[in-house]
Amino acid sequence: MSLLNKLLAAAALAVTMAGVPMVAQAAGGPALDKAPVRFDDASLQQGAKLFVNYCLSCHGASSVRYNTLTQIGLSEQQIKDNLMFAADKPGEQMMVALRRDDARKWFGVAPPDLSVIARARASEQGSGADWLYTYLRQFYRDDSRPTGWNNVLFPGVGMPHALWGLQGEQEAHFVTKDDGHGNKVTHLESLEIVKPGTLTKEEYDEQVANLVSFITWMGEPGQETRRSMGWLVLAVLSVFAVVSWLLKRAYWKDVH
Amino acid sequence: MTCCKIVTDKAQQLLGWVDERFPLTTLYREHLAEYYAPKNFNFWYFFGSLALLVLVIQIVTGIFLVMHYKPDASLNAAGVPVAFASVEYIMRDVAGGKFIRYMHSTGASMFFIVVYLHMFRGLLYGSYRKPRELIWLFGMAIFLCLMAEAFFGYLLPWGQMSFWGAQVIVNLFEAIPVIGPDLSIFIRGDFVVSDATLNRFFAFHVIAIPLVLLGLVAAHLIALHEVGSNNPDGVEIKKYKDANGIPLDGIPFHPYYTVKDIFGVSIFLIVFAIIVFFAPEGGGYFLEFNNFFPADSLKTPAHIAPVWYFTPFYSMLRATTSDFLPVLWAFVALIAGLTFRGTGCVWIKRACLLLVAGLYWGFFGLTVFGFTPPPIDPVVLGVHLGRGLDAKFWGVAMMGGSVMLFGLLPWLDQSPVKSIRYKGPLFKTILTLFVISFVLLGFLGTKAPGYAFFGLIPGGPVAAICTILYLAFFGLMPWYSRIDKTKPEPERVTSK
Ligand code: HEC
Ligand code: HEM
Repeated sequence: MSLLNKLLAAAALAVTMAGVPMVAQAAGGPALDKAPVRFDDASLQQGAKLFVNYCLSCHGASSVRYNTLTQIGLSEQQIKDNLMFAADKPGEQMMVALRRDDARKWFGVAPPDLSVIARARASEQGSGADWLYTYLRQFYRDDSRPTGWNNVLFPGVGMPHALWGLQGEQEAHFVTKDDGHGNKVTHLESLEIVKPGTLTKEEYDEQVANLVSFITWMGEPGQETRRSMGWLVLAVLSVFAVVSWLLKRAYWKDVH
Repeated sequence: MTCCKIVTDKAQQLLGWVDERFPLTTLYREHLAEYYAPKNFNFWYFFGSLALLVLVIQIVTGIFLVMHYKPDASLNAAGVPVAFASVEYIMRDVAGGKFIRYMHSTGASMFFIVVYLHMFRGLLYGSYRKPRELIWLFGMAIFLCLMAEAFFGYLLPWGQMSFWGAQVIVNLFEAIPVIGPDLSIFIRGDFVVSDATLNRFFAFHVIAIPLVLLGLVAAHLIALHEVGSNNPDGVEIKKYKDANGIPLDGIPFHPYYTVKDIFGVSIFLIVFAIIVFFAPEGGGYFLEFNNFFPADSLKTPAHIAPVWYFTPFYSMLRATTSDFLPVLWAFVALIAGLTFRGTGCVWIKRACLLLVAGLYWGFFGLTVFGFTPPPIDPVVLGVHLGRGLDAKFWGVAMMGGSVMLFGLLPWLDQSPVKSIRYKGPLFKTILTLFVISFVLLGFLGTKAPGYAFFGLIPGGPVAAICTILYLAFFGLMPWYSRIDKTKPEPERVTSK
């Protein structure tokens, strides 16, 4: 290796080492865990069950009708028997029974409608699913909060940990460091389960993945159909492009 | 056979009947079959017909959207604004509604892509020069209408970015001295963006602006067909005609350019379909992620970014801080001085004098007489624009002015040749810098104010330099276009 090459390599290394943490910082916001989104019927059905049982008591999904769930392989009878606790007809929207004024009294804010939350929470840091997957796994006990719960990704959140029975209770350990510019920055060091729930950590992550997949699907039901239709449309348009090119060439033969 | 003949005879009769009452055949001849266009059009000449296509797409999809959309800011039973929920209703419960909505939202961005490329063609080949000044000015008016149309339309889905974007832009009008505050209330119909604003923006978006837009497009095309198209060589084909008065380098628009444009349409539709079917959010640039949160007047988003097509101009507004103003003023005064000397047109000379007088007033108003800076609403720009109303006013003037500058081009360009093919190295360099600045400004406008490239190069100074380069492209044109080393133009168009 020549001296020049060595210098270049060293410079490249220095740039990458200096660059990486900076980029992470410049992007802003905490890092998100990658959500394993799965659009198969089994995962989505499990996610729907979790959503109806654990979330619909506070959050509506008012743009989604119950019978839309036939798209994930459920029959109307199954939907009626297993998922519809707050509605009579399958054509009804997934509304919440909780009154908004009551919710505001209890939590300080009314729980938002979750129909398109997976689309709203997308950002440069990651997809909306990544955000949700991280959020639902980062609740911890915090007695200074009125609900007794706090969240690493959403500090001071008004929502109590709805899935605590499954996950158990976590304790968060933070460290405060100097960032080199004289500012104190607080980082999460670890989240530790202090009281186990009914699921192991792996099982819990798995269930959250199902739930998040369902919420993502809810953001635009039929998004897979849109993509497969796209291929068909592109095939037709390609034929159109070839034909119109041949037509153009035939007409332009005599232009010099 | 006889059957066919009867049909053609009947059609002929019908056409004759119409022609006696309406100049159908004449119109067809003048604008299609016997409209002679230069034979050497290249890639850049596709974008005019594509802009027409997108206009049609927007109008047709728009009509279907209005059938189900509800301009209503009140909350429904689920606590979601009715307007926001109606867009989701279109996406889910209206047959084909998802594609109609995605075509419309993608169409808005594609409209700007197509129009920016169409305008860039004008810069490349000097299409704004005599005798096409009016075509260019009608085009400018179309561009302004398009911006207004997109701005009004963006409020309709009533998401967070719709709401706060409109709030920021309407607040800018407050910077206009004396009438500003009342004017912004007049525009909103309320003290904040509200249901009243949504209703009037809806009216503007679906009827007022489209109507003006259509009228302007007609004027643009009539003016074009009066003088004839320019071409990549920038020479007039009407100079050499055959015995019948037909330009030697011209070919009838129909069928030659109709078939060629149909091919362009097919390629455009492929790109369009890829976005609509596979990436309708355009990575958060075509449909901003934050706009999937319903509008909430109590929650100010941390970062309010306009949609990408406004960001080059928005960046220039942000760059105009009170620290940057003296530099900018010195520079603009220099440009005005050079323009004054360079131009042959008395009106431009007068405009330069007026500009210098305005800057002088602004400078002394700010620093010498010490105008007390009224506190500015932090929401006003989503950034701290500077220390007073003055910087804000100049920022707004900057943003408006930078759009309007395009309209001056026919009078700024003093080059003996039109097309970039025969222009000199000076023009090519400055045009390249202009394009780079425009793209960088656009990129920076989508980022939060503290953005730094690779975490190292701060965006603020870059935006300031780009702003100056942007202005220099226009301001210095009378000077550099005169002294540049051009090549002689050919007599006739060159083939390909
Ligand atoms: C006891 C009522 C309650 C239950 C049950 C509940 N939430 Fe919440 N949730 C809230 C409240 C209140 C907020 C508002 C938090 C805030 O803004 O501070 C919220 C906020 C959220 C947000 C953040 C919305 C935003 O602003 O981006 C998400 C995502 C969310 N909930 C998901 C869920 C999911 C998934 C479930 C089911 C596992 C669930 N919630 C169950 C009360 C609840
Ligand atoms: C001329 C060019 C036009 C442009 C550039 C344009 C642009 C836009 C934009 C940016 C939006 C918001 C995008 C979204 O999030 O959906 C929008 C929405 C809308 N537009 Fe247009 N538009 C145009 C023409 C029209 C016309 C002619 C009509 C009706 C006749 C129309 C009707 C609507 C309606 C009802 C909405 C709201 C529904 C929605 O948000 O999807 N538009 N438009």
